[in-house]
Amino acid sequence: MKHLMSGNEAIARGIYEAGIKVASAYPGTPSTEILENAVKYKDSVYCEWAPNEKVALEVAYGACIGGSRSICTMKLVGLNVAADPMFTAAYNGVRGAFVIVSADDPGHHSSQNEQDNRNYARHAKIPCIEPADSQECKDFVKAACEISEQFDTPVLFRTTTRVNHSMSLVEFGERVEIQAPPYVKDAQKFVCVPAFVEGKHNKVVQRMKDLAEYGATSPLNSVEMNGSAVGVVASGAAYQYAKEVFPEDTSFLKLGLTYPLPVALVKDFASKVDKLYVIEEGDGFLELEIKAAGIECVGKELTGEVGELNPQLVAERVLGTVFPTKTVPVKPVGRPPALCPGCPHRGFFYTVSGKKDYIISGDIGCYGLGSTAPLSAIDAVVCMGGSFTMGMGMAKSFMMEGYTDKKIFAILGDSTFFHNGITGATEIVYNKGNVIPVILDNSITAMTGHQENPSTGFTLQGDVANAVKIEKVMEALGYQNIIIVDPNDLKAMKKAVEDAAASEVPACIITRRPCVLLKRLNLKFGKCVVDVDKCISCKKCLKVGCPAVAIRDGKSWIDRNQCVGCTVCAQVCPVGAIEKEGE
Amino acid sequence: MSKVTSILLSGVGGQGAVLISKILTNGFVGAGYDVKQSENHGMSQRGGCVTTQVRFGDKVYGPLFGKGQADIMIALERMEAVRCADMLKPDAVVIVNDYRQDSSLTASGLAEYPEGCVEAMQENFNTVVLNAEEIATSLGNIRCANVVLLGAACAACKELNQSGIDWESVIAATVPPKHKELNIQAFRAGMAAAAQ
Repeated sequence: MKHLMSGNEAIARGIYEAGIKVASAYPGTPSTEILENAVKYKDSVYCEWAPNEKVALEVAYGACIGGSRSICTMKLVGLNVAADPMFTAAYNGVRGAFVIVSADDPGHHSSQNEQDNRNYARHAKIPCIEPADSQECKDFVKAACEISEQFDTPVLFRTTTRVNHSMSLVEFGERVEIQAPPYVKDAQKFVCVPAFVEGKHNKVVQRMKDLAEYGATSPLNSVEMNGSAVGVVASGAAYQYAKEVFPEDTSFLKLGLTYPLPVALVKDFASKVDKLYVIEEGDGFLELEIKAAGIECVGKELTGEVGELNPQLVAERVLGTVFPTKTVPVKPVGRPPALCPGCPHRGFFYTVSGKKDYIISGDIGCYGLGSTAPLSAIDAVVCMGGSFTMGMGMAKSFMMEGYTDKKIFAILGDSTFFHNGITGATEIVYNKGNVIPVILDNSITAMTGHQENPSTGFTLQGDVANAVKIEKVMEALGYQNIIIVDPNDLKAMKKAVEDAAASEVPACIITRRPCVLLKRLNLKFGKCVVDVDKCISCKKCLKVGCPAVAIRDGKSWIDRNQCVGCTVCAQVCPVGAIEKEGE
Repeated sequence: MSKVTSILLSGVGGQGAVLISKILTNGFVGAGYDVKQSENHGMSQRGGCVTTQVRFGDKVYGPLFGKGQADIMIALERMEAVRCADMLKPDAVVIVNDYRQDSSLTASGLAEYPEGCVEAMQENFNTVVLNAEEIATSLGNIRCANVVLLGAACAACKELNQSGIDWESVIAATVPPKHKELNIQAFRAGMAAAAQ
C-alpha cells in the first residue's frame, strides 16, 4: 500500500527505516515537520528540539561518534549557524552515519534569503544528496547513511520547499536495526588539533575523488535514454518539471548524488546527445561543475537563478512554450501576513510605533510582522538572534558619532532568546551598551507552528522539562532592572517602555502573554463590539494593525469571525466606543 | 503524456483550504490515480494568501504548476479568485465564494477593497458563484463553508463528477466522526447551490 505524504513526513519515515537512533533539530520552515513526524517513532529514535542549529548538528555528530546513526535537520539559514562544526566534522569523519538535512527555500516562501546550500557541500568537501519526491526523501535517508559510513563522511541532504512540503505517494520498508559496537576511544580520529589536520585533509581530498567515481554507478543517479537530440541533467523538484514539459524523446540524467559531480557519467551522457540542458533550482551549481569539466551545456541563462521554478516557467524559458491566460480587469490589493488578532506582540509594537526617538532592532519570528503597516515599528532585521547585537552596534555607532537623541530597543522572542539571544544579552551588559533588550515571551516557538523550547517546560518527546526562566538568566547576566509586563495592558506596556528607557542601571523588558493560537492552554476568548453611535470615525483603532478591525460604512467595524476579544483596539479608542461583550 | 488535471485552491489563512485538498487527494488516491499536492506553509498562516495545488492523473511529475495551467479553481475568498486568475487555463471552471475578508491593508484603510471581483471572474471564466458562509451558517456552523465549496466544485466540474469517486464516502472517511453529518450536509448544499 502506498501512502500520500509530504517530503518531510517521508524523511521522518526514512529516519525510522534507516535505523537512525538520534535526531536533533531547531525548527525552521520548510524543515520543521521532519522531527515533528519523526517523534512518532520515539521508541526507536531519540528526537529533540535543540536550542539552535549548531547545537543540533553537534548533538547529532556526538551521537555518531558514540556509534549511532544520527541526523540533524534545519532550514537553509540554520546551516550558517551550524557551519562551524560541519566543516571540521568533514575532516574527522564519522563512526555511525551522520546526515545533515538542509531545507532550502527557492522562492523565499518563508525565509530571509534564497541561499543554495549545495555550495556548502563543495565548501566543506562533503557529498550532497538531493531527493526529487517523497519516495526519494524516504529512500535517500537510508542511502545517505550508507554513503556516510562507507566513505567516512558527513552527508549533506539538501531539499527544497517544494520537496519538503509537496505530497506524493510513498511505499514503506522495514526498519534496519543496527547495534553500535561498544565505544572505543579514537582521539587521532576525533580530536581536531593542528597536528592532525594535514593527514585528515589529504584523506578528505581522496574521499571526494572516490565519491565522484562512486557517483557513476550509484543507484541515486540514473540515465533514461529516449533520444539523441536533447539531453537534460536535472536534480530535485526541477527534474520533475523538466520531465513534465520536455518532449518524450528527451533523454535524462537524473542526479540524486549531486556533489561531487560524477564527471565520467555526465561526460558519457553528454557524448550521446546533441544538446545538453541543465535544469536545476537555485544557483547554477551543477552547471558550473559540468562546465568546469569541459562539457558544453545550457542552464541558468535560460532558467534564471531567482525564485522557484515550476513546469510553466521551465517550458516558457527553455522551450518557448506559451501558456495562454486571461487578464481580469480588477486589481487585487496585497494581503501581507500580519500579527494575528489577539497576538500578544501587538501591544508592544503599538506602544513603540511612530515614536521618532525609538529605534527597534528586530529579529526572526512572528514579531518580524511588527515591521508591516500600519505598525511599521521595526528598523532592521538580519538573522535569528541578531537583534540584541545589531542594536549594540547601532548604539556604539551613535556613541562614536555623538548622537544622543535615540533610544534603542532590541527585540526577540522566547525561543530566539535561547537560540542565540543570550550571547547578545551578555554582550550588551558586558560592553555597556545603551540598548534595552526586550524579550517578547509568548511561551512557544510560534512562527514555525508551535514547537517547544527551553522555556516552555516540555520537550519534543512530550516529557516535562525544567522550564528555564528568562528573568533568572537576565538577572544572572547582570540586568538589575527587569520589567515583566502584560503587553495587552497598554498603560502598563507604555510605562514599562518609559521606565526601561529612563533606567540608570542595565534594564530589560519581558512582555509575557501566551500566543493566542496555543491550544493546550484552552484560552477562553470573547468578542469586542463597536457601538456605532459612539464611534467618531477617528480611525485610531486601525492603528493597532489588527486584521479583525476595519472601517465599514464610515464607522469602526470588527469581524466577529476573527476577533478574540483582546481589547487592544478598545484601549486605544478615545471615546469608549469599543467594548468587550458581556463586560 | 496522459492527461493531468490541475486544481487550485486559493483563499486566506484559516479558511480551511487544507481540508478540501485532503478530501480531494484522499478521493484520487483511493481511485488509484497518481496524486501530488503542494501548499504554502509558514508566513501564509498569518493572514496572508494561501494557495494549495492538487494534481491527479495516470502519472504526475510536477508537484507544482504555473500560470495558465489550472483546470479548476476553488476560491474561498473573492479577491483571492482575482489574484489567481492568471493561473487558470482560459477554459477553466471556477468556483467563487462571494465572501470578503479584508487584508491588513484594506482593513486599516491603506487601500480600498476592490469592487467587481465576482463579475470579473464571471465575464472571463466558466464561473459558479455562491456565498458559502451563508449556506454554512444556515446549516449551523460557518466552519463548514469550505466543504460547501467543494460540493459546488464536484457538481460543476466533469473531472470531479465523472471520476467515479463517491465523494460523500471520502468526506465521511476524512473528517472526524462528530463532524461527518454536518460536512455531508454541507457538501450536498454546495452541490445544490451550484446546480441552481
